[in-house]
Amino acid sequence: MSTTVTREEIEQRVFKALEEFGAEPDQINPDAEFESMDVDSLDLVELAQIVEDEYGVQLKGEDMEGVKTVRQAVDLVMSKLG
Amino acid sequence: MTRTVAITGVGAVSPLGVGARALHERWSAGRSGIEDGYGRASEFEPKEHLSIKEVRRADRFTQLALAATKEALEDAGWEDGPPGDPDRAACVIGTGIGGIGTLESQHIVMRDEGAERISPLSIPLLMANAASGVVAMKHDLRGQSFGTVSACAAGAHAIGMAERLIRYGDADVVVTGGSEAAITPLATAAFTKMDALSDSGISRPFDRRRDGFVMGEGAGILVLEDEEAARARGARILGYVRGYASTSDAHHLTAPEPTGRGAAKAIELALKDAGVEVDDVVYVNAHGTSTPLNDRSETNALKAVLGERAGQVPVSSTKSAIGHLLGAAGAVEAIATLLALRDRIAPPTLNYEEPDEGLDLDYVPNEARPLAAANGRAIGISNAFGFGGHNAVLCLEAK
Repeated sequence: MSTTVTREEIEQRVFKALEEFGAEPDQINPDAEFESMDVDSLDLVELAQIVEDEYGVQLKGEDMEGVKTVRQAVDLVMSKLG
Repeated sequence: MTRTVAITGVGAVSPLGVGARALHERWSAGRSGIEDGYGRASEFEPKEHLSIKEVRRADRFTQLALAATKEALEDAGWEDGPPGDPDRAACVIGTGIGGIGTLESQHIVMRDEGAERISPLSIPLLMANAASGVVAMKHDLRGQSFGTVSACAAGAHAIGMAERLIRYGDADVVVTGGSEAAITPLATAAFTKMDALSDSGISRPFDRRRDGFVMGEGAGILVLEDEEAARARGARILGYVRGYASTSDAHHLTAPEPTGRGAAKAIELALKDAGVEVDDVVYVNAHGTSTPLNDRSETNALKAVLGERAGQVPVSSTKSAIGHLLGAAGAVEAIATLLALRDRIAPPTLNYEEPDEGLDLDYVPNEARPLAAANGRAIGISNAFGFGGHNAVLCLEAK
């Protein structure tokens, strides 16, 4: 596991995942709410799997509670890495 | 209150292409959608018909159902959901096996990468009711919604149930049909192991050399509406579901009852349900699987019901052109029946060359033929029989 992973890299990876989930590219930004992008709890479970694969960080159901935006999700990953 | 069930729209994705007209016109022209022993819906490209999210959230069998539904609703002239009260709109879609492609791929993930790596979408994709659930959700159908499960009779059972929902006043409109996408390694191997598939890779129903069915995939969706409501909104009416009946062989897990007893009873009851006589039937769309057992027992059943008219009524099998679409077969073939009756044409049983002893109906070999209406009416039946001994028969009339 690289310790030099940057916030931008994680954000870009989340953006890419959201696009794969079917979110409109022009709606995707750090402060966009998942709900407004039609990204639901099933998508977030997949997002958690991607994050674990890429960064070795485990996100459990309770970790994701209250996470509504891309920024909050990236913050969560950063705090787990830190 | 007796209500009449009108068909106002049809949609199909089949090995003969995307579209109900493609199915009807190509089959009638004698074209086959079977290549290398399989009837794949190879013209279907999911992203041409569905959003990224819809593709991701649906097994192939649901994707096929969504695409066929889109065509059927456009055909029926629906815009943004059902006409009238959405609570009065139902959705019944059958399948033989459901999302077996998802089941197989996720099992491989579990075996190779562990249970932690399983997609959270596994169950909602593979469940056999996924097509009806997803179609209802997309098109705001808020009445009854469920799948029918009766192997290769599932599509016909769905349409029969849909007809009853309208006739009994439980719904005013129903989006109904069947869908299947089971050309997968496990399903193919399993059908092969039970010696059900054709070794030659040729679908030739009723021919002496028939040696099993050819697997196909696809979906057929019909829009059924209470005739009065359909007329009130100025809908074009393609035809009617006049009657439906279903019986069980109660005989064997996979083999049909050899005399065709159960199938004959279903045909007889469907005609009775429709209030028509044997003399009114101008066309039979056979289940005609190209298996040694089915084609013989089905011929026996038709002889038993048609009596003196057996041999005069044209009988053809759509499976000769597209293979066996399992749970979608009854629905895709109901559409093929309706369009054949509408155009007054009996499409052909392809690859039929060598008669078999005792199989002596008019199977419309290899070339389509004009169809004569009886007393100005074009009434036909569509048979669907499934493993488990399920028999479902629809009696359709075209305008």
